[in-house]
Amino acid sequence: MSIKGKAYVVGIYEHPTRLATDKTVPMLHAECAAGALADAGLTKNDIDGYFCAAGDTPGLGGLSMVDYMGLKLRHLDSTDTGGSSYLLQVGHVAEAIAAGKCSVALITLAGRPRAEGMATGTAPRAPAVPMPESGFEFPYAPATANMYAMCAMRHMHQYGTTSEQMAWVKVAASHHAQYNPHAMLREIVTVEEVVNSPMIADPLHRLDCCVISDGGGAMIMTTPEIARSLKRPLVKLIGAGEAPKHQMGGKIDLTYSGAVWSGPPAFAEAGVKPGDMKYASIYDSFTITVIMQLEDLGFCEKGQGGRFVSDGNLISGTGKLPFNTDGGGLCNNHPSNRGGLTKVLEAVRQLRGEAHPAVQVKNCDLALAHGTGGSLGTRHNAATVIMERE
Amino acid sequence: MAEAKDRKIPAPAVNVETQAFWDATVQGKLMIKKCTACGEPHFYPRNLCPFCFSDKTEWVEASGNATIYTYSVMRRAPVPYAIAYVTLAEGPTIMTNIVDCDLDAIKIGQAVRLVFRPSEGGPPVPMFAPV
Ligand SMILES: [Zn+2]
Repeated sequence: MSIKGKAYVVGIYEHPTRLATDKTVPMLHAECAAGALADAGLTKNDIDGYFCAAGDTPGLGGLSMVDYMGLKLRHLDSTDTGGSSYLLQVGHVAEAIAAGKCSVALITLAGRPRAEGMATGTAPRAPAVPMPESGFEFPYAPATANMYAMCAMRHMHQYGTTSEQMAWVKVAASHHAQYNPHAMLREIVTVEEVVNSPMIADPLHRLDCCVISDGGGAMIMTTPEIARSLKRPLVKLIGAGEAPKHQMGGKIDLTYSGAVWSGPPAFAEAGVKPGDMKYASIYDSFTITVIMQLEDLGFCEKGQGGRFVSDGNLISGTGKLPFNTDGGGLCNNHPSNRGGLTKVLEAVRQLRGEAHPAVQVKNCDLALAHGTGGSLGTRHNAATVIMERE
Repeated sequence: MAEAKDRKIPAPAVNVETQAFWDATVQGKLMIKKCTACGEPHFYPRNLCPFCFSDKTEWVEASGNATIYTYSVMRRAPVPYAIAYVTLAEGPTIMTNIVDCDLDAIKIGQAVRLVFRPSEGGPPVPMFAPV
């Protein structure tokens, strides 16, 4: 059984806040849900499936949020793979809808790490309950930034990737963010500014790193029949893939991500190739994340990602592959330190023709959204979704 | 030159599966696991082999010789430090810190040798220093 064409995205909402000192995390989830319902033209009581990530919904799995929002469900899935959870959940929603287990599904993400003053990327985060690997990693102070930095260092060593090439990813994101009134960083930056920004963890500079923001987002997905009864543009899922990658018992290779396994089944299911994509949302926790994932998804040959992103190739209107036209995690937002959901939202806006006119891709009928959750430097889950406008 | 300074090392989480590993670090030894069913060494150590799932795994002492696979110097920390993956002569690549060196002179491919650092209230932790 394929999920191709079995589920449509009919409602999207991105919370405008970037600093939520006056809101709780449940409030943010619920406000996002209400926004997505209003966009779809549906009501709360239409929802019979809820998909979230245990890590950003307070309580046991999604149970407290189901209670808080007063949902009556037939299906609940709180699979947590960090920032990729929501990309993963797009595929899981389609599976559940195709199997008849729910008909109107809600996906939410929310968090307020900025209001809570969390040192997101530079301080090691000790787990409340030790993980099997904890004793062999935590003493060495793995943070988020230095783990991705080790991927970048190896990529530079093995393929000749340069800091200037990585900087182009940020430059492209900043060109898009100038048009997003909600983006945290709206100033256009240059390659020189990126490579001259303070070093965080060699070779990643401050401007190679995504922002720390509060906020969230939500999506409503439904059956083809219900989608056609609503007044929104018809955007359907045509392919999905997911794959975890880890340390492989010590046979560690940091030059590639799980996208090498999540991408091919998604493209095969959709019956399309990377070159067919009019637009791509690519998880941009760091600039190196984008380069590695573009290679692994097949947008260019392995090791050529640095050259591929250079000279504005990711900038809408000038480059061959417009990416993250909302400004992405590098400039717009990274709610709850999880960038997967906002990647889907901007891809849907592009397919609907509702992106900012300055960055809207002409005749955008085929788009990809991809992300990584966990850490590229240790263990992560990759998820790829391909969507089409009817 | 940015000389690597000692930072406070949190005590590693020790459990029944890894007690022997940490007992060995007190003796100045780095132990890895090797599977007698498939012959593969692995790290971090498990009771069941992550390659063939046999429970015929045994502790073997690593030589302590390794090369740097990749590294990064964390500059945004009270005491800058180098995290790294080093590939042991026995095969597995493991997470560690590079110490006793100029942080700005670390290179991928560099030969390093096992040393130990005390942890706060726990067993010594294996680290590596340039040869
Ligand atoms: Zn084995």
